[in-house]
Amino acid sequence: MHELAITQSMFEIVLQQAEQAHAKKVTKINLVIGAMTGVVSDSVQFYLDFMTKDTIAENASVSFKTVPAQARCRNCNQTFNLEEFNWTCPHCQGNIIDVIAGKELFVESIEVE
Amino acid sequence: MEIKILKNILGANDRIAAKNRELLDAHKIFAVNIMASPGAGKTSVVLQTIRALQDGVRIGVIEGDISSSIDAELVAKQDVPVVQINTGGECHLEAVQVQDALNNLPLAEIDLLLIENVGNLVCPAEFTLGEHLKVLIASVPEGDDKPFKYPLMFNTVDALVLNKIDLLPYVKFNVDGFTKTVKNINAKAEIFKVSCTTGEGITTWAKWLNSRMGKPLKKRITST
Repeated sequence: MHELAITQSMFEIVLQQAEQAHAKKVTKINLVIGAMTGVVSDSVQFYLDFMTKDTIAENASVSFKTVPAQARCRNCNQTFNLEEFNWTCPHCQGNIIDVIAGKELFVESIEVE
Repeated sequence: MEIKILKNILGANDRIAAKNRELLDAHKIFAVNIMASPGAGKTSVVLQTIRALQDGVRIGVIEGDISSSIDAELVAKQDVPVVQINTGGECHLEAVQVQDALNNLPLAEIDLLLIENVGNLVCPAEFTLGEHLKVLIASVPEGDDKPFKYPLMFNTVDALVLNKIDLLPYVKFNVDGFTKTVKNINAKAEIFKVSCTTGEGITTWAKWLNSRMGKPLKKRITST
C-alpha cells in the first residue's frame, strides 16, 4: 500500500526534472529499487498509469532495476547476498552483519523528447 | 535524450522529517516512532510507558490509525496531550502528517513525544518522521519468525520490545532463537521483554528510554 505514496513522490520528481529540461514528453522512467524495500513494481506501474494521464508523462514506460540485498560480515569483512531465511555469513558463519545494499529507492534517470 | 537524476524517491518526506526534527530539537523534545503489526500492543506499551514515566517526564502522544479515535481516547484518559491522525487508508504515517500534529500539540509542555504509527511491519520502515528513536513492538503470539519475514523493519529500529511474555507458557515461541535472529539482523538493537498485562519488564524499558532522552528535563509543570 505504500506504493501509492512512493509513486506520488516519484512522479513529482519526474515532472519537476522534465519541466526543468523543457521536455515535451517523458518516454521512460528508470527506477532503482532495493530488494529489501518491499516495493511491488506492478503496484507502482498501476498507480503511475493513473497519475500520468493528461500529463507529459502519459504512456511513459517504467523500468525497474532491482538491487539484491547484500551484507558485510563484521567478523570476516566479506560481503554476501542475503537470502530470505539465512542471514548468516556463508564464509565464516559469523552472525553479526551490516546491510550494505538493498534499501535503495531512487529515480536513476528519465528519457525525454 | 536521457536525463540523469539519481534522486531519492522519499526525499520530499525526508526533508519534512528534517524540519520536524528541527522543531522538536528547538523545544528539547525527544520523539519516539513506535511501530508494530496490528495487535502487538503499541497502545498498551504507550499507556504503560506513560504510567512508568509520568511522574518525572512530561509526555505527549501522536496516535496514527487508518480510522477511528479509540486509541487517542484511551491515551487522553491518562491526562496527557494527544493528537489523533487518521490516515484514511494509508498504511503508515508520513512526515507531513506529523508536522500537522506537532502544530496541534503544546510543544513547550512536552519532554517526550510518543508517536504510535499505523499497525504494519512493511511501510512505516520506509518513512522517517523526524524521530530520535525507532522502536518496534513485537509480541509472543505473532511467532518468532517475524524478523526473517520483515527484515527491513527489524534492521531499521533502535530498540525492540517483545510484548506479551506472560503468554510464553501457552505459545510456541523460542525467545533465545528470536533474540539471536534479531541481533543477527540488527546488532545495535536493544531488546526488552515485557508484559503490559502483568507489568513485567516495563520499568527496565522505561528507565532505558528515559536514559536515552539524555537531556536535562524541563521542570515539570504542576497544575495549580
